[in-house]
Amino acid sequence: MRTAISPLSIATPRTLHDALAMLRDEPLVPIAGATDVYVGLNFGTLTAQRFIDITRLDELRGIAVQDDTLVIGAGTPYTTIMHSPIVQKRLPMLVQAASQIGGVQIQNRGTLGGNIANGSPAGDSLPVLAVADAVLVLRSAARERRVSFTNFYTGYRASVLRPDELIVAVEIPRVEGAQWFRKVGTRAAQAISKLVMAAVRAPSPRIALGSVAATTIRLSKTEAALAAGASIDDAVNVLEAEIAPIDDIRSSADYRRQVASNLLRRFWADSTPP
Amino acid sequence: MRFTLNGSSVNVAAHPMKRLLDVLREECGLTGTKEGCGEGECGACTVLVDDVLVVSCLVPFAQVEGAAVTTIEGLGGNHALQHHFMNEAGAQCGICTPGMIMVASTLPPDASLEEVRVALAGNLCRCTGYEAIYRAIQKAKGRDVILSDATDLHLPDA
Repeated sequence: MRTAISPLSIATPRTLHDALAMLRDEPLVPIAGATDVYVGLNFGTLTAQRFIDITRLDELRGIAVQDDTLVIGAGTPYTTIMHSPIVQKRLPMLVQAASQIGGVQIQNRGTLGGNIANGSPAGDSLPVLAVADAVLVLRSAARERRVSFTNFYTGYRASVLRPDELIVAVEIPRVEGAQWFRKVGTRAAQAISKLVMAAVRAPSPRIALGSVAATTIRLSKTEAALAAGASIDDAVNVLEAEIAPIDDIRSSADYRRQVASNLLRRFWADSTPP
Repeated sequence: MRFTLNGSSVNVAAHPMKRLLDVLREECGLTGTKEGCGEGECGACTVLVDDVLVVSCLVPFAQVEGAAVTTIEGLGGNHALQHHFMNEAGAQCGICTPGMIMVASTLPPDASLEEVRVALAGNLCRCTGYEAIYRAIQKAKGRDVILSDATDLHLPDA
């Protein structure tokens, strides 16, 4: 361990009520599966010293359908999501995404809410939430509010989540149309995405990409072109103007641009028109 | 802080943000659990917490209060997996071996080779090329294995 732990602290509330009271009184960084916490501390990218453990909060776990909306507790681990018959039936693209995150040990610990809060542009579940028109339930000691996933991020690893709020649940309306998901990495397991796409084939197609911009993005112009009957070649041209990939340690911008086009073509070829 | 370690109740005083890996090795003297990458990529430090496989380099000690932790030492040294890893040369440098065995210990006896490979996707070995590991696990489960049946796990081309 490269980081000194003596300056660190962690609060361990047993109820959501207690956790929100603690967050109201002082800024604390929530820890759920902790799959990125020590990585960030050791890399120096996480400078926080005061943490709050939210794994004991039963209110954050669980999967249910309420009023035809799929509700997934933010603290639900990927393994639970993968094995949930409800998610398998209603949101198979989320099962695909979860099963390609890390390996078994990471899937057992990492949570959907953690992927959202961490806010990496490469987050594997995020394009799924973007095309599913997911809504995030954010709660503070004072109030609860709902923010659509596509309005959640404001920039690179920045969001509208306030320091006194926790993401408590993700609400996902019924998705009409054929769901499609594809992650491109250096290997099948334990790889951070070079590119990740989720899409829905419907009269108004929905497409989202990770790792091609500062945040996960919906390709609204590409979607509009396809909805208006554009050819796939024309849609690819729209996509290439719509994304802003960069060179980084995992890929080059040129590669990402090419693969994004390939993924769009693959999605269109694989999926059945409505 | 109280938790159950390999079946015995223990009370260990350590910083709540200390990694479970360090608590096991430094406070509890259980050095069977190895540190590989220290960032959750390699699986070498895999242990069971309440029967769930985790990488102990990513678990704050605070999160195991009241939990049951099982390490490689908890298998007792005479486990079929341990024998077969020796007999099949499933261990070379040995750093990945405890993690591999902890994962394998959770597999059902009828796990197919494909299921073994998927289960071990989060455990990296740089010595064996994996085939001796798969063979050891299959033999420990009472199965012979023909490795040429292995299917590729590569992602489809983009």
